[in-house]
Amino acid sequence: METAQSTLPKEEMLLAKFEEKTAAGEAIEPRDWMPEAYRKHLIRQMSQHAHSEVIGMQPEGNWVTRAPSLRARQILLAKIQDEGGHGLYLYSAAETLGITRDEMIQQLHSGKAKYSNIFNYPSLTWADIGAIGWLVDGAAIVNQVSLQRTSYAPYSRAMVRICKEESFHQRQGYEIMATMMKGTAEQREMAQDAMNRWWWPSLMMFGPHDTDSPHSADAFRWKIKRHTNDELRQKFIDKTVQQAELIGLTVPDKDLRWNEAKQGYDYGKIDWEEFNRVINGHGPCNKQRLSHHIRVHNEGAWVREAAEAYKQKQKNN
Amino acid sequence: MAADTQLDSWEVFMQSRPGANFTHQGSIHASDKKMALQNARDTYSRRSEGTSIWVVPTNEIAASSPDEADMFFDPANDKIYRMPTFYTMPEGAKNI
Repeated sequence: METAQSTLPKEEMLLAKFEEKTAAGEAIEPRDWMPEAYRKHLIRQMSQHAHSEVIGMQPEGNWVTRAPSLRARQILLAKIQDEGGHGLYLYSAAETLGITRDEMIQQLHSGKAKYSNIFNYPSLTWADIGAIGWLVDGAAIVNQVSLQRTSYAPYSRAMVRICKEESFHQRQGYEIMATMMKGTAEQREMAQDAMNRWWWPSLMMFGPHDTDSPHSADAFRWKIKRHTNDELRQKFIDKTVQQAELIGLTVPDKDLRWNEAKQGYDYGKIDWEEFNRVINGHGPCNKQRLSHHIRVHNEGAWVREAAEAYKQKQKNN
Repeated sequence: MAADTQLDSWEVFMQSRPGANFTHQGSIHASDKKMALQNARDTYSRRSEGTSIWVVPTNEIAASSPDEADMFFDPANDKIYRMPTFYTMPEGAKNI
């Protein structure tokens, strides 16, 4: 017998079932039916996330040979290796949506896919390595902790793994800043300078204000996102200000004030014009980051070709 | 030149301690078994998460389809005699 529901077109029925699942907080696996818009949103978000991990290795790589001690160098190398690993978890998870690794890399190279805007800023001094770990990774952690409960299961699993590893990144960064703040006047100045340059771009990492966020409606309905950009930004500010004060760093925001009523900080205006300028290619390092990636990718082609040739040879033996 | 294949995809399973189940971790790319094992170690075990690794070519895995879930995983409510609680034990029986 025909029920009312089964007379709906198939696509609508599948969508209804999908939305019922996501509304109930159930996880979506790669072989489950999903709307094209969900798949597209995830591919965009996850590939951008993966690219950010990989491009993020560059500003840190800049300091490997100049790290101030063997201990610092070992730590920095381990952190960079983690970032590469995080990129790989995310590429693998994105591949379950039907896009190939090659396509994702092509989209990065053509500019179709973005990476986090923050990596278009240079790492000028050793204190920048501290600020990147403490602030940039700190901001990323707030976002990633929220994404651990994202509805797409492979993404969520990758986030759980990444969050476990990221807390070392943030702590090593804060340790660098704390050490420098106990050093000479010049070292303290260097740390404050890094704080001044990285604070606002770190706040921008959470994306536009909720009122200007173009991709959010579906993302919330389908539980890809569970917290808004502004909620996450507020959380980051609230936990970071105390850490700054403890080691004697000043947050470069004259409008920063504790708001007793909302139990959180009020903060100054974010310069979105700068954000747009940088994201559209006019930041200090956009060209350098991308051309380095393209060059290394092309120069590594012979390794992949040799590996394929070796595989064929093994098969023929 | 053909498209850059980025090598083959492999699924990674890891045992966290001797005697434990092997659990799926994610996937990696590699051109052969040896490279797959090395890449799996580098990618999924940087903090001694594993004591042993399996790698399996992704396209060799057969997976059930979500559409078949009802048929595959019928709860077998009509076969409750598979559960230990189905059985009536004599009063006073111990350690059973």
